[in-house]
Amino acid sequence: MANVRANLMICGGTGCIASGGYKFKEALEKELIDRGLHSEFKIVMTGCNGFCAEGPIMTVLPDGIFYEKLKPEHASDIVEEHLLKGRPVEKYMYREPGKTVKVPTMKDIPFFNLQVLRALRNKGMIDPEKIEDYIARDGYMAAAKALTEMSPEEVVKEMKESGLRGRGGAGFLCGLKWEFAMKNPDEPKYIICNGDEGDPGAFMDRSIMEADPHVVLEGMLIGAYATNAHWGYIYVRAEYPLAVKRLEIAIGHAREAGLLGENILGTGFSFDIEVYQGAGAFVCGESTALMRSIEGKRGMPRPTPPNSVYKGLWDKPTVLNNVETLACVPEIILKGAGWFRSLGTEKSTGTKVFALSGSINNIGLIEVPMGIPLKQIIFDIGGGLPRGRTFKAVQLGGPSGGCIPDELIDVPVTYEDINATGAIVGSGGMVVMDDLSCMVSVAKFFLEFTTEESCGKCPPCRIGTKVMQLKLEDICEGRGREGDIELLNDLSHDIIATSLCGLGKSAPNPVLTTIKYFKHEYEEHINQGYCRAGVCRDLVTFHIDEEACKACGVCKRACPVGAITGEKKVPHEIQQEMCIKCRSCLEACKFGAVKTGPGSLREEILKNKAVKA
Amino acid sequence: MAKLTIDDLKKIKEKHLAEMTLREGGSRAKVTVHMGTCGIAAGARDVMDTLTEAVASAGLTDVIITNSGCAGACSREPMVTVEILGQAPVKYIELNADKIREIFTEHIQGGRIVEKYALVIGSESTY
Repeated sequence: MANVRANLMICGGTGCIASGGYKFKEALEKELIDRGLHSEFKIVMTGCNGFCAEGPIMTVLPDGIFYEKLKPEHASDIVEEHLLKGRPVEKYMYREPGKTVKVPTMKDIPFFNLQVLRALRNKGMIDPEKIEDYIARDGYMAAAKALTEMSPEEVVKEMKESGLRGRGGAGFLCGLKWEFAMKNPDEPKYIICNGDEGDPGAFMDRSIMEADPHVVLEGMLIGAYATNAHWGYIYVRAEYPLAVKRLEIAIGHAREAGLLGENILGTGFSFDIEVYQGAGAFVCGESTALMRSIEGKRGMPRPTPPNSVYKGLWDKPTVLNNVETLACVPEIILKGAGWFRSLGTEKSTGTKVFALSGSINNIGLIEVPMGIPLKQIIFDIGGGLPRGRTFKAVQLGGPSGGCIPDELIDVPVTYEDINATGAIVGSGGMVVMDDLSCMVSVAKFFLEFTTEESCGKCPPCRIGTKVMQLKLEDICEGRGREGDIELLNDLSHDIIATSLCGLGKSAPNPVLTTIKYFKHEYEEHINQGYCRAGVCRDLVTFHIDEEACKACGVCKRACPVGAITGEKKVPHEIQQEMCIKCRSCLEACKFGAVKTGPGSLREEILKNKAVKA
Repeated sequence: MAKLTIDDLKKIKEKHLAEMTLREGGSRAKVTVHMGTCGIAAGARDVMDTLTEAVASAGLTDVIITNSGCAGACSREPMVTVEILGQAPVKYIELNADKIREIFTEHIQGGRIVEKYALVIGSESTY
């Protein structure tokens, strides 16, 4: 990229556009081109800054000069005086108004100002059930450009150069996949959108399909043109009824408008899409199982190669892309590979959508440039942990992923860096865990999930995950033995090496990463019969530290069985014979006076009490 | 809708962008109720119904009510974006029927932002 001396941030909010923002932008663009300065100054259309009454407005960065009430005729002054001679034009500059409102603007809040919206550019902006809303925000312009101005080879080239990698989890280069399909002479070909999002804590794809269904259709249309496919499927789980409804409405509107069907936009190219509802099996998110499911067979994976681009749906060449991947396509075609690469890192380009959930303040959906430190996502955008809890780990990539502990929280979020930790970027689910999470139980939870969802075709996955799950259950219920950790490790590596599909190959990841980073918790469970988080009821005794107790009575009120005694100014006490180990007191205490001890502590406390009596 | 050509696409874009944008002589306010699964589960439907009723019973014809998908802050739903001609959009969070009635009277009719329910002013940048 050429050296950009300054960014000219023109507000593209509706207020500024209404007051002539585009007219000023055009005038400024013309002025820059006339003077041959267009490569040195970059014009960026931003969202609303909150000063609509002063619009159109423009901020010049890095100077931070703020112009208001701009008219097309001001453009030449600003270019001449400010950009060329370095003298900001005072008469157009912003003056502090007398009255201010207490509500912060987007640029004051990290949740908004650290995000970069590309795949989510229309979120919350358009009515998803109106095709005109989508078209008004450049919808179908990319498809029009691809179909009329570009050859399939050019589309594939642009996609390859963009470096867009599959957002479903595997991270395979989208352009390369399209190229394989394009070069395959076998016909007919298919393109499938994988909307079978099933990771616990992941809802990126659902949100895109609900908020902006047409972007998925347009991405598929461009992919179909590039690979010469004429039929496409969107595979969505039936648990996403709103997504299914909005996609079907969108397909109906696109057909009426001739954007799907025969002879699209009068170009002679034909393509249509059908929504296929899956019954919700996790394994059907695996590409080959998904294709069997569409064929009406039981959703089970088959060995690869041959890959789907050679033998996919009905044994015909098939391109399968994730929802978010497809949502990135139209803007890449419209704005070019260079634009897409301008964010992210060399090998992980562009932006990624993440779903934040778990013990975090801002639960929701975010989009950030690749390479952003994990810490910034959790503590700045996510707003940190609620109720003063401390960060313990974050689970990335769902049941196929792993936990990243506190000491690695600065890791940049790229495919390579996250893989190096043992976790995966995956489809983008981020579940934040605090000090009240037991990491052995977390591993157990995911293994229960994969055991349940294993299709049963290959023994390593069917039997191996079950054995691991039972072993973890033993550890959590006090039956752990010396050598269990090593056994889990060995089993994990065997399952990874011998499973047929991605489900089995990745199922042990949650166990491996928790052993890697939280081995001491496993050891405490096995050797001391102690679960420090107080999750495994057989391995914990709750008691109150007399010194730390402020006798505030909060735990007493929180206890559902009345097991806590004590009065004002008298340190409280948990009556062990009544305690059901529900952990309410631990969560309620603001002073950290409720402590956990090994399961055996209960007997000790009871014995001491008997002696005293 | 008749089958489109590329010129039609451009025309629709221009025409509809104008309709989506508030301007002098057109609608005075636009209210977007965010209705993704998260919003609906948190009670967005109730907010939408209450708002529609309030606008109808006040006999207002210059307020556009529309719905949209999730705006990203799922834990703060139900969420509504209120845009008044010539002012920055305001995002309101954690709404219910009573709160939207108050916002209707204060902000949509009266032009005063209801600070206690507002999360943020402005809209997001897209790059």
